[in-house]
Amino acid sequence: MTEKTQRLEIVTPERKVYSGDVRFVVVPGVEGELGFLPHHAPLVSALDIGVMRVQEENRTFKVAISGGFVEVRNNRVVVLARTAEREDEIDRERALAAKARAEERLKARTPDIDIVRAELALKRALARLKAVS
Amino acid sequence: MPSLRDLRRRIKSIKNTQQITKAMKAVSAAKMRRAQEQVLAARPYARRLREVLGRVAAAAGDVKHPLLEVREPRKVAYVLITADRGLCGGFNANLIRTTMQALREAAGAQVSLVCVGRKGRDFFRRRGYNIVQSYVRLGETIRVAQAREIAGFVMEKYAAGEFDEVYLVFSEFVNVLVQRPKIVKLLPVETPEESENGKKPGRVEYIFEPSAEDVLARLLPMYVENMVFHALLESKASEHSARMTAMDNATKNAEELIAKLTLSMNKARQTAITKEILEVVSGAAALE
Repeated sequence: MTEKTQRLEIVTPERKVYSGDVRFVVVPGVEGELGFLPHHAPLVSALDIGVMRVQEENRTFKVAISGGFVEVRNNRVVVLARTAEREDEIDRERALAAKARAEERLKARTPDIDIVRAELALKRALARLKAVS
Repeated sequence: MPSLRDLRRRIKSIKNTQQITKAMKAVSAAKMRRAQEQVLAARPYARRLREVLGRVAAAAGDVKHPLLEVREPRKVAYVLITADRGLCGGFNANLIRTTMQALREAAGAQVSLVCVGRKGRDFFRRRGYNIVQSYVRLGETIRVAQAREIAGFVMEKYAAGEFDEVYLVFSEFVNVLVQRPKIVKLLPVETPEESENGKKPGRVEYIFEPSAEDVLARLLPMYVENMVFHALLESKASEHSARMTAMDNATKNAEELIAKLTLSMNKARQTAITKEILEVVSGAAALE
């Protein structure tokens, strides 16, 4: 590991999504975006639904995550996400459909729907779309 | 001595059974491989989550949280994970026996059961135990959402004071031949203390975002969910390997039985032929 990079690991309950050396990471913290350069001070933060940006040696990519945690320690960034998908894994059609469905539900506002759940679904769909765009 | 026809019929029926056990063995082998892969894929997350929770709990100090609150265990709940189907050797029986023993030891406390899987639920329902919730037909691939539902239910009950302690009974997947019933305490959460190399984690001065309490309050439910998820995965892998072993034995037994029956069938046939010849010969002799 050279001085200019840090180790990044993205894991979800189902699988390890990414592991590699990166220059810069931005994660969606619950109180706003957080960026980590190598040798960041130890930090633990809760994560919101949103998009992570990862800058490797010579390419950048995005990852849509739906909440979780990040721990930074010893030049190592560990993201524990509920779900995480790299931009090349995201099914755009599905995200669009999910977005339409959630919007539909929110617009109808019938008493039998769970508004919080629909809002979260909408947020996840938007995060995925943002990651692929 | 059974007749020739009976023997033939029996051999045929055993052959049919053997075909079924053979097929079930092959199916279980394939499913077990998948379940095993799922267990392996889930490990990095479980390990990291444990580490982070251990360090955060150490760094956060004496933070209060409903899921950490230790109470006198007067109301104890067991979450029992069994299979939906049988024909897997002693798999379900072992889990049920382990649970029964734990229930005997917990005598005095008010016991509730949360049953995952049909076999455990049916057993305890027949015997009139207090089953507060059951989850059946979880399917082949365990989803995180399923674990979240189960964990959510017990956490809610725990926070409401309806359970004082919650235990998880499941089958640990040691290897293909060995599956061990295991009981672990799910609630109150005992924060993990050892790190990856078995040493106590050094205290790290973290920056908490938004705050230590908030981070812990979000981490704990995730940890409980993950324990349930992990138990479900281990049980699934155990179930399939137990079934595979059981079906392998059944196939071998059938093989043996067929060999034995074929032998007695041949003997019976020979006796019949000898008898017939004797009859013909003695019949001819009588004519002379």
